[in-house]
Amino acid sequence: MKPEATHKDRLGALAARARWHPLEILFWLAALASYYLLPDKHLIFTEIAILGLFALSLDLILGYAGIVSLGHAAFFGFGAYVAGLLAKHQIVTEPLAALLLAGLAAMLLGFVTSFLVLRGSDLTRIMVTLGVALVLREIANRYAWLTGGADGLQGISMEPLFGQFRFDMFGRTAHAYALTVLFVLFLLARRIAHSAFGLSLQAIKGNALRASAVGVAVNARLIAVYSIAAFYAGIAGALLTQTTAFASLDVFSFERSADLLLVLIIGGTGYLYGGLIGAIVFKLMQDYLSALTPQYWPFWIGLVLVLIVLVGRERFSNWTRPMRKLAARLDWRAGGVSDAIGEGR
Amino acid sequence: MLTILFDGIAYGMLLFVLACGLAVTLGLMNFVNLAHGAFAMAGGYCTVILVNTWGVPFFAALPLAFLVSAGLGLILERSLYVHVYRRSHLDQVLFTIGLVFMSVAAVDYVMGSGQVFVRIPGWLQGQFQVFGVGVGRYRLLIILICGLLTLGLQLILSRTRFGSRLRAAVDDARVARGLGIRVDAVFAITFAVGSGLAGLGGALGTEIVGLDPTFPLKFMIYFLIVVTVGGTTSITGPFLASLLLGIGDVAGKYYMPTLGAFVIYTIMIVVLILRPQGLFSRGSVR
Repeated sequence: MKPEATHKDRLGALAARARWHPLEILFWLAALASYYLLPDKHLIFTEIAILGLFALSLDLILGYAGIVSLGHAAFFGFGAYVAGLLAKHQIVTEPLAALLLAGLAAMLLGFVTSFLVLRGSDLTRIMVTLGVALVLREIANRYAWLTGGADGLQGISMEPLFGQFRFDMFGRTAHAYALTVLFVLFLLARRIAHSAFGLSLQAIKGNALRASAVGVAVNARLIAVYSIAAFYAGIAGALLTQTTAFASLDVFSFERSADLLLVLIIGGTGYLYGGLIGAIVFKLMQDYLSALTPQYWPFWIGLVLVLIVLVGRERFSNWTRPMRKLAARLDWRAGGVSDAIGEGR
Repeated sequence: MLTILFDGIAYGMLLFVLACGLAVTLGLMNFVNLAHGAFAMAGGYCTVILVNTWGVPFFAALPLAFLVSAGLGLILERSLYVHVYRRSHLDQVLFTIGLVFMSVAAVDYVMGSGQVFVRIPGWLQGQFQVFGVGVGRYRLLIILICGLLTLGLQLILSRTRFGSRLRAAVDDARVARGLGIRVDAVFAITFAVGSGLAGLGGALGTEIVGLDPTFPLKFMIYFLIVVTVGGTTSITGPFLASLLLGIGDVAGKYYMPTLGAFVIYTIMIVVLILRPQGLFSRGSVR
């Protein structure tokens, strides 16, 4: 930052950063267009939207707050089962209300478990998050009278959305539903990321000690963002249950958490779109590779992970940088300010 | 009751041999190796192939399993792992998870996804009674082998020059380097031996815990528990932790089958929260 920059300049720069970018608008228009232009791909786009939301959730804690989690599926699965149980036992039959409830339930779980990740190093966090997911999976497995155990939660029937749109077998409603939920929650995440709260999270990620020295309440912020991320993951899980009318132990699996990391790493962390782009690439890759070798597809996931790390994660996720640079040049409003800030991170 | 204790001790000893390499590498380089189980699986499958297909005697196959896993560990360490030591924990986790996925799928491709067993010699099967306690012959063998290995490791660590170098490097790698200890070489050897021990553990454990391509995933959490509960600063810590875990797991499955595995997961979380450095560690070094 230039020394003569005044307070007003800085605020202006921050505001410029939060402004909508033409490419962002293009991205969402393309997402909308996918609904109309590719009618036979509803199912995979629904999956992408759910995975994207889930990855967005991980981005909030990993990309912004720097918490490495290897058990993020805990919240996804929790939301999935809550939504499934609500629908199965006819407690809340309205999909949107059930979705919100599932998200809030996952948020509560996130709040409670957030105290576990505050302490210790990266390694401790990795193991605690992994442990939480395993415990939940084990509980879902043992209490089969409630969850259906290893057979999964069956017999879920969803009410039509708004009493009008039924969840059809082509996935038209599901696609629109998932995409809309993703968009709304993305707007919220974007608002959070560009708020003072979001900036303070990045400060914590950079250096927690210094952040606390300039007056950031580190623990309170981490608890807050962890709960929010859990809410997002819970919604994503609930979406999966509602759109597939099924929930199984698989939602808690370690592979799901590990895949999620890969999704986020493919797209790049810390700018919100990483999870969405990663989800698209990951699903298309999965679709292609598992058609080639259905059973051995984890091998290719593993290979991609190893290669990404060996090449260098930073260097790898920079594949989006030329695009972002181009975007900055195209941006007629920001006038290069956003670029300068983006580089300075 | 005593039989359960005996089985638990055998299981714990096995876990120790499987996990001690991880404890040392984690303590030495602060490197999170989630792929440790893959080396154990390599040893297990190596034994299966040697004994079942080629008809190598079981006891000749065990050292071979050790050598194969150790060689594999050395090759991977020198070629791939060295690039990742100084990276963030996130990178290490991603990298080793990638290796786990690859090993799981590759073994599935080569060996099939079913569970496999080693043909062990007839005189090792069954159990005999000592003062009314049923003692499994094979489990007794495991306790013997693993006990001897533990003793040997302890002696190497405490009595030999290599051991003191290793301990110095674990305590403070920078100072050790400054004193002229080639920490990298120490680490490579330790990594190889640790992988070899994991392979030996995998070979021995096939009979007790079963072996299939998902082995590294299934046992990852057990290794991590041993390391977290035991701490990484000594070898006695992980040893005691393995015994506790082994006995606890066997007893838990016997007495409280409905609770099952989440007792040990919960214990792990509680220990991590209360003593992030491990139950038996001397306190924080880093």
